[in-house]
Amino acid sequence: MTDLIRLTDVEKSYTRGKEKIKIFDKLSMRIEQGDFVAMMGPSGSGKTTLLNLLGGTDKADKGTIEFDGKRIDNLSEGKLTAWRSTNVGFIFQFYNLMPILTAAQNVELPLLLTKLAPAKRRANVATALKIVGLEDRSKHRPREMSGGQQQRVAIARAIVSDPKLLLCDEPTGDLDRTTADEILSTLQVLNRDLGKTIIMVTHDAEAAKFAKRTLHLDKGHFNEQELAA
Amino acid sequence: MASLINQIGAVTALNVRSIPQRGWMSLASIVAVALTIAVLLFFLALSNGLRSTVEGSGSDDVALVIREGSNAELNSVVSRDQLSILATGPGVAQREGAPLVSGELLVIVDGVKRSTGTNANMPFRGIGSEGLALRRGVSITQGRMFTPGTNEIVVGAGLLREFSGFEFGQSIRIRGTEWQVVGVFEAPGTVFESELWADVAVTQSLFNRPNIYQTMRVKLTSAAAMDAYKSWADGDARLNDVEILSEREYYARQASQSTGQFTIIAWVLGVMMAIGALAGALNTMYSSVATRAAEIATLRIIGFSGLATFFGTMIEALILSALGGVLGILLAFVAFNGRTTSTLGAGFTQLVFKFELSPAIVVTAIIVAIVIGLFGGMFPGIRAARQRPQLELASQ
Repeated sequence: MTDLIRLTDVEKSYTRGKEKIKIFDKLSMRIEQGDFVAMMGPSGSGKTTLLNLLGGTDKADKGTIEFDGKRIDNLSEGKLTAWRSTNVGFIFQFYNLMPILTAAQNVELPLLLTKLAPAKRRANVATALKIVGLEDRSKHRPREMSGGQQQRVAIARAIVSDPKLLLCDEPTGDLDRTTADEILSTLQVLNRDLGKTIIMVTHDAEAAKFAKRTLHLDKGHFNEQELAA
Repeated sequence: MASLINQIGAVTALNVRSIPQRGWMSLASIVAVALTIAVLLFFLALSNGLRSTVEGSGSDDVALVIREGSNAELNSVVSRDQLSILATGPGVAQREGAPLVSGELLVIVDGVKRSTGTNANMPFRGIGSEGLALRRGVSITQGRMFTPGTNEIVVGAGLLREFSGFEFGQSIRIRGTEWQVVGVFEAPGTVFESELWADVAVTQSLFNRPNIYQTMRVKLTSAAAMDAYKSWADGDARLNDVEILSEREYYARQASQSTGQFTIIAWVLGVMMAIGALAGALNTMYSSVATRAAEIATLRIIGFSGLATFFGTMIEALILSALGGVLGILLAFVAFNGRTTSTLGAGFTQLVFKFELSPAIVVTAIIVAIVIGLFGGMFPGIRAARQRPQLELASQ
């Protein structure tokens, strides 16, 4: 399998007041195309920071980040935004749907960044909603749906522009066990049948079992054995 | 570009459709702009109405003679001899062999304002027999013109609307003399409607001003004859202490004196209120950006540009401001446009006129509303555009 993501000697720190907090010091890792990785670790270990770096929503201080063989760490803000819109789908813990939009309108949002004609956009939205099993809920607004259904809409929004990478930040953190398992099964389907590479941050060991492998992050470092596996 | 327009459209639609979630704050912002616009329009319409009434009173082919250096008729004196000389000038129009001229005397009498019941100064004008013919657009709408040599007066319809005691048919006592109101005249949109007219000779006699005129009106054959008439008068030493203006020039000068203050008040108050409305708009829009922080971060993460969030916020502010502007304009039209009011004119007498909103004034109000919206949206828009597209922000 080829690498979809390659991080080499990445350094990242934040300044809080007068204090400089180092998050990553020469972090290196690879994620293959088609992988489904669960990322676990205590709060403050750098999980969300890593998702931001991988998704191009934050920049590393040093080191290189490659996606599909091309460096993204040196892209301008504008180019990184454009890259993100075509290559990465995001799934959030609290779904982050726009409350005044219907399910279909929410799913259509990423397509507004493309040159697709409205008819083609509607067709793609219908397909995405069908994949997550919500084709009959397209005209419902978020408040008219359960948490699980809202997260499915969010998944449809993440995949509608057919990105290679899905980044999930605690996608089941706000759901009960049964609903969480349904969502995780859907992610498995996306990984297995559609070949999506998925990186999922979670605190839930049960959720991590749905992934192909689990990486533990602690104080900015991965467990070396897991990384090498 | 198409993508950017799509993005701006989507963000704007999101912002606008979520306005009801910030209903009270948005409403307060709209009302603040509406009040600002209404107050601005109040004074601009006042100023415009006054200007158009005063300016609209003059003709280009009527020469008005006043004493040199007099700002108003009350300070002016023109002698009977000068009157006779001026009637013989070049280009003076004639009727049945007699020059169309009118020596006039303006005195102040008391009237009672209908709206407040308080006393106010009324202009009582003695005019010559040709006085009516010298004023265009004047018509007797009730009764008849006064008979020369009698204690009869005709009253302007504007004055009658605003002040009591001069109703048609009434006998009124002014400075110890009984006067009979025998007619009502209309002269729409002019200062004449604010006056009482009587025979000048009787006025001179009963107000104890024998042989004194304050102004003289001279009808010329055409407007083109005005320069020649002025040059002729300049060359006559007996007329050195008089100034000759066209009636239109005279009233334009009066208008600039009268309306300047209202225009200044309009803009001083308008700017002060606009600053207040701007503060309200900024507060509303900053609050809008703050409450939608997670939404904005989500959109930015998905791939929406900062420019789209900037314009989305700007357009929301402009829409709120435009709504306020429209409300203010409607308020102005309903509350005072076309309503009659009066103010102290240049001659220390009451001048009746109407609030008058013109297209230019309405456009000015719209521009002010847009400026409030632009500034009210710009800084919150910049804040929205600068919001980092990070997961932590989206999860708040």
